[in-house]
Order: sequence, then C-alpha cells, then structure tokens
Amino acid sequence: MHIQNDYADQIRLISGSQDLKCMKCGRCSASCPQYEEMDVRPHQFVSYLQRGDIDALMDCESIWKCLSCFACVERCPRDVKPARLIEAARLLRIRRQSDDEFITPEQVPALLELDPDIPQQLLASVFRKYVK
Amino acid sequence: MVFSYYPGCTLKTQAKELDRLARNSAKVLGIILEEVEDWQCCGAVYPLGTDEIATKLASVRVLKEAAKKGQPLVTLCAACTHVIKRVNDDMKNNGDIRRKVNKYMEEEADYKGETEVLHLIEVINKYIGFDKLKEYVKNPLTGRKIGAYYGCMLLRPSSVMAFDDPENPTIFEKFIKALGADPVIYPYRNECCGGYISLKEKDRVKEMVATIKENAKHNGAEQLITACPLCLYNLKQISCRDLNIDYLTEILAEALGITYNSEEEVSYAYSK
Repeated sequence: MHIQNDYADQIRLISGSQDLKCMKCGRCSASCPQYEEMDVRPHQFVSYLQRGDIDALMDCESIWKCLSCFACVERCPRDVKPARLIEAARLLRIRRQSDDEFITPEQVPALLELDPDIPQQLLASVFRKYVK
Repeated sequence: MVFSYYPGCTLKTQAKELDRLARNSAKVLGIILEEVEDWQCCGAVYPLGTDEIATKLASVRVLKEAAKKGQPLVTLCAACTHVIKRVNDDMKNNGDIRRKVNKYMEEEADYKGETEVLHLIEVINKYIGFDKLKEYVKNPLTGRKIGAYYGCMLLRPSSVMAFDDPENPTIFEKFIKALGADPVIYPYRNECCGGYISLKEKDRVKEMVATIKENAKHNGAEQLITACPLCLYNLKQISCRDLNIDYLTEILAEALGITYNSEEEVSYAYSK
C-alpha cells in the first residue's frame, strides 16, 4: 500500500509512470551512465515515491544528473519509465523555483563569446532542462 | 520524391554544413527537400511531462504543415528527429495530449499524428535502399575505417523512435559500407555523450566522451560520424589524434563526389 501524498500523486500524473509495476530488478541503475554521480539512484526513485518522500526527490542532485538518454526506459522490463519519474521531480522543482535559475537569456552572449562553438541545440536544451 | 524538410535551429547556425551537404546530397539522390515555411525551434529536448502542452506546439505546427501537403517530414538533427517523432507519437496515441494541443491551437482541422517523420538516413534506407545507394557513389571511401556514433536520441525509446535495434543498431554501418568504407563496430556507439550537461559540467562530459573515443579507437576507427550537433560538439571537447568527428552527410557528400565551387557552396570547408 502506498502512502497518500499530494505531491506523490502529482509525480505519478506528470510522469505517467506506474511505479507499482516496479519489481526492483535494478536494471535501470545498471544501465545508467550517471549512476556514480547520483545521490538517489534510478531504482530508488520508485521507493522514495512510494514512501511519499517527495521533498527528498525534489532536493536531490540526481534530478540535475539525469541525461535523458533513455537507457533506463529502454531496458526496464516492466515499462516503469524511470527517466520520466526523474523528469517529473525535476519539473516540480523548476516550476517552484523563481530567482535561482541556472541560466538566463542575458547570459547567452557572454557564453558564446567564451565558446563560439556552442551549438544552439545545447542552449535550447539547457533552457528546457534547467529553467521554468 | 518530394519531402517536407525541417532543418531546425542548429542547422541554420552552427551546423550549416550538415544542412547544406544534406540538401546537395539529397538532390543527387533524387530526393527533393522542401523546407517547411515559418518553422520554429522544436526545443531540442522532448517535453517528458504528460502535462507539458505549450512546449510541444512548435513540433505540432511543423507536423501539420507536412500533413497539409501530404508529405513525410524529413529531419537531420538527432534532437529534432527525437522531439518531433515523440510529439507525433503523442498526437497519434495519447488522447489527452491530442485533445489539449488541438484545443490550444484552435485551428479548423485537428491534427492526429498523420505525418510520417523520418531521418534522412531512414529516407535513404526506405526510398532508395543501401544497395542502390552504392550505384550513386562516384568516389568510394575505400579502406577508410569509419565508426558510427549513434548516441541516444535516434535509438531510444525504440518503441517510439523505431529507428533501429536500440542495442545492436546496423543502419549507419550499412550506410558506411554502401559508401565503400569499412564500418567499425564498437560497444560504446550507443552510449550517451553527456548531452546537455556540457554547459554545466564540462569535466563530466569529457570523461564520458573519452571513454567513447578510446573505445572507438581501440576497435580500429579512424573517423566517427554522427547525426547530432550536440554529440559532435561534446565529442570534440577532448582531442584524440587520428580520430576525426564528422557529420554523416560529410562522408555522404564526399562519396557522391559533390564538389564545392558553386557560389552557394563556396563558404563550406571541411571541419577536420
């Protein structure tokens, strides 16, 4: 039985992920190229969600470490979609934050002066991943 | 064969050569790429949240334009391919997203995912075939050892991308072979390069691409090809002697014998 928690349900809604299907096989963490960098590992996301410990998910470093490479989604034998859970926690976090944004449009010209090779794709990605 | 074409933001700026070589190569192959009018940036990252609607609209507008003409939509950048294919899948198979997007757009005809989205390499595979591609090769890349770097976005999730086997892809190797070169298969060809974190955590990206490049070199590659401007950028963050990183269109144009002296092409230079 999972604990009632408004934020947990919000994560379920945003991610569209069925965490109860997880059988804790750990293949997501085994596939993750950022496993070593993460404080909450991909296979642990489901446990945090089921305990209703959403603050910990929203505050963890892993939400910034996930590369959206979809190795976990591809290899999950139960179609739990761990990357979507991580993304949902990240979305809740960036929707909440206001003035501590990682990057603002005003910073872009200086970045390009520093490294003129930065592709637009990188800038567009960064605004989607770090900014509301 | 006429296709709608979505170049995307990077092909208009940092990756102009990817765009130009693709158009010229396509012409030689009898593929006409008609650029969609007034397209907008797809956002480069697929909006994973099921409640993300506005971030999907740019893709839907492009898909709709192609649908109006009844043409498949061709992309080149791996990120555009990923985003637009996945948004198209949402429009086809996710009733909630489809309803909200169509309501938001308030246009006469609803869009229901009718457009077929294809990467240029898929167009070559499907409409020409790699056996036939061989016949177009004027300058075979004989003896060249070329590794394909697939990365993530073309392959995963395979249930939506339907690009190739996500663990053992072969499409780029068939392409390399058709151009006369020797494809080099190496295990890290579908591992992530680090993607967008290279702005915030460049050192981590350098570690990741070092593993990929060492693995490619160890298996005999002398050149890597990619379809992704961000993969190319990341792979170039560390130097590795005798391992060039290029777009797939560069070897295609080279093998097709496309020369660069007309006015349109004069500014192009190989980025080796």
